[in-house]
Amino acid sequence: MSVRKKSADPKGVLTGVHYLDGDYAIAEGALAAGCRFFAGYPITPSTETAERFAERIPLVGGVFIQMEDEIASIAALIGASWAGVKSMTVTSGPGFSLMMENIGLACMMEVPIVIANVQRGGPSTGLPTLTGQGDMMQVKWGSHGDYEIIALSPDSPQECFDLTIKAFNLSEMYRVPVFIMTDECVGHMHEKVVIPPAEEIEIIERKWYEGPKDKYLPYQPDVDLVPFMVKAGDGYRFHTTGLTHDQRGYPVINAEAQDWCVRHICDKIRLNADKIIEYKEDETDNAEIVVVSYGITSRVAWKAIQDARKAGIKVGSLRLITVWPFPEKRIEELAGKIKAFVVPEINLGQIKREVERAAKGKAPVYPVSHCGGWVHNPDDILKVIKEAAK
Amino acid sequence: MNEIRFSGFGGQGIIRQGLILGKALSLYDNKFATMTQSFGPEARGSACSSQVVVSDERVLYPYVTKPEILVAMSQEAYEKYEPELREGGTLIIDSDLVRLKPSKRKIKIYSIPSTRFAEEIGNRIYANLVMLGFFAAVTKIVSPEAIKKALPGLVPSRYLDMNIKAFDRGFNYGLEVLEKEAQSKVEKEPKAEKKTAKAKNEGMEK
Amino acid sequence: MRPEDRLEKKHPMEEFLRMDRMPHIWCSGCGIGIVVTSFIEALQKSEINPDKVCVVSGIGCTGRVAGYLRLDSFHTTHGRPIPFATGLKLANPDLKVVVFSGDGDIVGIGGNHFIHAARRNMDLVVICVNNFNYAMTGGQVAATSPIGANLSTAPYGNFEYPFNLPYLAEACGATYVARWTCLHIRRLTKSIQEALQKRGFSFIEVITPCVTLYARRNRLGDGLNLLRYYYENSEIRHGADTRTLDIGYQGKIIVGKFVDIEKPTFLDCMNNHLRKVLGNKYQPWGVKS
Repeated sequence: MSVRKKSADPKGVLTGVHYLDGDYAIAEGALAAGCRFFAGYPITPSTETAERFAERIPLVGGVFIQMEDEIASIAALIGASWAGVKSMTVTSGPGFSLMMENIGLACMMEVPIVIANVQRGGPSTGLPTLTGQGDMMQVKWGSHGDYEIIALSPDSPQECFDLTIKAFNLSEMYRVPVFIMTDECVGHMHEKVVIPPAEEIEIIERKWYEGPKDKYLPYQPDVDLVPFMVKAGDGYRFHTTGLTHDQRGYPVINAEAQDWCVRHICDKIRLNADKIIEYKEDETDNAEIVVVSYGITSRVAWKAIQDARKAGIKVGSLRLITVWPFPEKRIEELAGKIKAFVVPEINLGQIKREVERAAKGKAPVYPVSHCGGWVHNPDDILKVIKEAAK
Repeated sequence: MNEIRFSGFGGQGIIRQGLILGKALSLYDNKFATMTQSFGPEARGSACSSQVVVSDERVLYPYVTKPEILVAMSQEAYEKYEPELREGGTLIIDSDLVRLKPSKRKIKIYSIPSTRFAEEIGNRIYANLVMLGFFAAVTKIVSPEAIKKALPGLVPSRYLDMNIKAFDRGFNYGLEVLEKEAQSKVEKEPKAEKKTAKAKNEGMEK
Repeated sequence: MRPEDRLEKKHPMEEFLRMDRMPHIWCSGCGIGIVVTSFIEALQKSEINPDKVCVVSGIGCTGRVAGYLRLDSFHTTHGRPIPFATGLKLANPDLKVVVFSGDGDIVGIGGNHFIHAARRNMDLVVICVNNFNYAMTGGQVAATSPIGANLSTAPYGNFEYPFNLPYLAEACGATYVARWTCLHIRRLTKSIQEALQKRGFSFIEVITPCVTLYARRNRLGDGLNLLRYYYENSEIRHGADTRTLDIGYQGKIIVGKFVDIEKPTFLDCMNNHLRKVLGNKYQPWGVKS
């Protein structure tokens, strides 16, 4: 399989140096990635992305539509993606919950779509205007049944831009919903964002099927397990369903078909995990303590790590760019070599649990948890690093 | 590193002040600067604030904890945020809108009738730019050139000139204040002439 | 039976049916198949390139239509075919997008999407097969069940007011509204053909028998009995005031074409408005230059 790479369509790329918040940067990232369809519903703290897209898309060429709710928004994305147009939406906790059913449909139909979740404090209406990272497990498990998705976690407006492009590329490559799991702090924080010239932005195109029309099977895995795709209206007269199906896309309601279908949508991510996973390590080689962090928390944790190093503690950092799939192999390797992990996050230990699972008891995991509404004080993380180093 | 808070009431352009300053610093003064707004309970009523954290390195914690500089354009904002101002910090107020309370804290205070100046220019909506000009002059955190470069895109293009005019009005007033301050120091401490230049930079202590 | 053993080797509608999926799941006496036949005939008559026709269904007995039509066909989630179709249509305005689903799907769980798509005048054809109950799950009470009818979740009879679908559609802004029973095959086909050839939100309600559940539970007899009921109790009244179209239990069914007006669609409005406001800077979408 050859991945089709090309440079970005300059129409959508606002090349230059900007001062943007994370929400705006997501919209610019989407436009740069070639997203031309946005369906959404206003929800704090994500609305600015929709506003930016609504303002910009008429000048680029595409559609912005404010749907009647988040259920409609994501359903529209799946439809638009089948028509061959890159599509995205943005939301926060309550809207994310409403999207869960059709996230399952997108996984089952293997449709590339991108969803940004600007996380706020939950559950329920929670803290509409204040930050949280409490949806990290929901993004992995929120829809019913077994499936796999990809989730990325930016720590700055610049990464909101960069990772939105990456999200589209991964989504097109693996025919899977990709999530940008940011949060209110990054979403509303203004910072310098550099948008490169279009020719420097690498875009990965969908795996379009080019064989004979009568031979096309929408769910026949290619060598990388990802099936080729066609567009609605191109004469393939294909069928797709949320029901368990065979390679033709026809419903088959039995255990055997279920096993093939569900393993297929899971394996195409699981078996490609090494290619998908991205993290950034710093001084983990001789570390006693490794801080595993993501999103805004990794940024604040970096201060604590520097302070701990000044205090003579050998601290390494493992910053998750891809939270899902989770870099479990690397965590296990590190677990065998270090004294302890420290996991700061704005929830009561969602990724901490995952680190624990991956560490397989080889190293203890110290959480630095709170329920949201603020970002960690670096001193609180430092305190736990010191405690873990004892 | 500097932590700066702009505060006032809704409609004064407080968020805009933070945006303009953050953009000016990040894009034209070669600094790292994050701008965040206050949401949640503290945005209720009329209090409104924006926070800028400035550094020569990447800002890791984007919120203001103990600001060095507080700009207060309303009484409520002053009363709310003054207690968090760092010892030795700088308080900048709109002298017509904020009445100072007696305090023994060691902070520098600068005041300007920014709203009145804006009205003289033509509209009170320019008060935020008058204040930003004054801020730039007395704190020297940002260059006036950077602010002017940052304005396009953040103020309506047809009012760009008016905003620059407002900025200059505040900036020049700030220079005058610093000048007077330096002179009064010279008068008070005639023997300390050599320190004048330094005192000018540090401003008046109260 | 192997295909080569069939008496008639080619079904006249084979081009539009997934013959490899036959037999279908619908009960004998069910009316959905009639509506599918009408749809295919209308499609053939309309001379629209079938490669450009998409059928989107939701969940339920009628939700299975997408799976049997040999067109680009999408079997989506319960209640969501209209927003799904909205995405398809907006992303590629060259497509003719048909939503084919049941009453529970379109005006029960998907009611919100229905009213908003009609409000926006989204360029879709919505064919709503109304059999007065949730059939696939076993005959539960629906938003269309007549008062007095017995349903599995209204075991003492339904006491909720049902929707009058043409009235709802018209009130929300639909530009084409018709109602037929599956006895009115010729007229239904004509209606579907008109809707396919029209731009805007077209809504066609088709009253069909659910022999296995609704009819059996209410002791209404078999398919023939129900068609006889349609024959005796339906009255064609084109242009009727949609407020008068309520259906009582085994009562009169007013059928006909009630609304057929021209109005710019969502995309027309978007393109016209943005071109007016933004001038040459505007990049039109889905407009052939």
